[in-house]
Amino acid sequence: MGLMTLDVPEASAGYSHYGVLARFETAKALYRACEAVRDAGYSKWDALTPFPVHGLEKAMGLKPSKLPFLVLATGLSGAGLGFALQSWVHIQGYPLIISGKPLFTWPAFVPVTFELGVLGAALGAVLGMFAFNKLPTYHHPLFRSKNFTRVTDDGLFIAIEAWDPKYDDRDTAEFLSGLGAVEVEHVPIDDPADDSDGGGAA
Amino acid sequence: MAHGPRIVHLDQLVIRPGSGWARLPLIAGAVGFVFTIVSIVLARSSPESTKQFFHSWLVAVVFFLCIGLGCLFFVLIHHATKAGWGVVVRRLAENLACTVPVLAVLFIPVVALGMYDLFHWTHADAVAHDRLLQVKEPWLNETGFWIRTVIYFVVWSGLALYFRNASRRQDDSGDEALSRRMARFSPVAVAVFAVTLTFAGFDWLMSLEPHWYSTMFGVYFFAGTVVSAFAALTVLTLAFERSGHFRGVVTGEHFHDLGKLLFAFTVFWAYIAFSQFFLIWYANIPEETNWFLSRLHGTDHNPANWRAATMLLAIGHFAVPFFFLMPRTIKRNRTLLLIGALWMLAMHLWDVFWLVMPNLHREMTFSLLDLTSLLGVGGVFLATAGWLLSRGSLVPSRDPRLVESLAFENI
Repeated sequence: MGLMTLDVPEASAGYSHYGVLARFETAKALYRACEAVRDAGYSKWDALTPFPVHGLEKAMGLKPSKLPFLVLATGLSGAGLGFALQSWVHIQGYPLIISGKPLFTWPAFVPVTFELGVLGAALGAVLGMFAFNKLPTYHHPLFRSKNFTRVTDDGLFIAIEAWDPKYDDRDTAEFLSGLGAVEVEHVPIDDPADDSDGGGAA
Repeated sequence: MAHGPRIVHLDQLVIRPGSGWARLPLIAGAVGFVFTIVSIVLARSSPESTKQFFHSWLVAVVFFLCIGLGCLFFVLIHHATKAGWGVVVRRLAENLACTVPVLAVLFIPVVALGMYDLFHWTHADAVAHDRLLQVKEPWLNETGFWIRTVIYFVVWSGLALYFRNASRRQDDSGDEALSRRMARFSPVAVAVFAVTLTFAGFDWLMSLEPHWYSTMFGVYFFAGTVVSAFAALTVLTLAFERSGHFRGVVTGEHFHDLGKLLFAFTVFWAYIAFSQFFLIWYANIPEETNWFLSRLHGTDHNPANWRAATMLLAIGHFAVPFFFLMPRTIKRNRTLLLIGALWMLAMHLWDVFWLVMPNLHREMTFSLLDLTSLLGVGGVFLATAGWLLSRGSLVPSRDPRLVESLAFENI
């Protein structure tokens, strides 16, 4: 399935560090820092927050999600499939005259067509969201950081990955400090000493 | 957060004397007056024209009434949900809702004169030989009709004026208790609105064909009403942005939301319209199907006639706007959203025409009176709306949620 192999991003081969993790005190500081990271030209990075920060996707320069197109496609497929199935059943598969109406009575097919359209769209939305977010991912190098546990409480983070073309061990860390980060650390990719508490890396 | 603080001066938010908006009541009022006179003159030329006039006038008044009532619904829901995003456009809806008492003045005398021509159930000789109409007489009688009609207009006008006045009082005092009072009262008002709108649809439109009934008709009437209101609200908001009044006040985010609501209620209308058709078509009971038969099968002479009108409604009121209004980019594009909103207004007019006119013409026919009535009522409607809008700030300037609305962003 390929769903359980995302322990460490493939691009990390040959790198000793996952990258730099910086913590910010306020959403405003994080927002400004994201704008600066975006403008500095970094491409392999992410912002991580315990709650949605409005407009952050603009500050990060993220492109609009492709999900709506997938949902439209799966929704229309569901509706088309539902209509085709009923048409085939009523005309070919099991022709029955019901209350004196013709075999192909499209208005009768509309409720099921509509429901299957909704089902297709809903499945496309949920599964597409999982796929685009690379979920489920059971482990991530950032979990090696003690500070990072605060991401589910009050910690607002920016993580820049080591394989970003603009990345430099020292400069990137200093850059983030300069943006007002209160804590900056290098996150290792693999720490054998830490093997006991999960992660599963051999 | 993406932008710095926007500075909006309060004097930007009023209509200044001498501007185009200030002239609107006079110009629209003159157009309305002239075309009302023209309609009356045309109506008096022959008995057929008189009959045509009553039907055309009913279409025109109901069309503009729908805009006002849908705006009243928007105001009620806005308070009931304590919504923040739409505060900047709420005053426009409050003002449009207050056109209802003026439309009552256009509705009551004309329908009173045209009762016999409009409603078959007022013909005593027909009722005497019609078991079904006799059974329905406790509801379908002229006394009851007029008591109910007056109640509808009093309730709607009272609600519209109350919410506009309370909101305008807040412009002066900044009293937050007014917001709380409106929020507490609005759920009751929504319930009263739902009942009155449903029965108004039954009385004024469904009883045009008195043998027919559909329990869903009230919801159908409501769905079209709200579609037309959001379309009108969108057009008006765009107009005020273009004239500079709403510059820096209304953003793409607000248009995105207005577009979403327009889209949602277009889909809701289609859902209700099809459900109403579907159950009647499926059960195939004669007293229910006749209404659709007259709209799906024209005459022997011209069988495709009203059917084409029905198809236009299905395609133009649902299929086309469903795909047109769906993309985010269209809802955020001023020009394309304007096209969508104007299109939905035209389609709602077509919907009302389609509800009323098969009662008069077995074959679809257009009359000059359709146009003159529309211009007559529309002129008065625009004059009233323009006068109301010029009476104060165009946004509730001291609403506690105004700042939230100004800073609103879609996720």
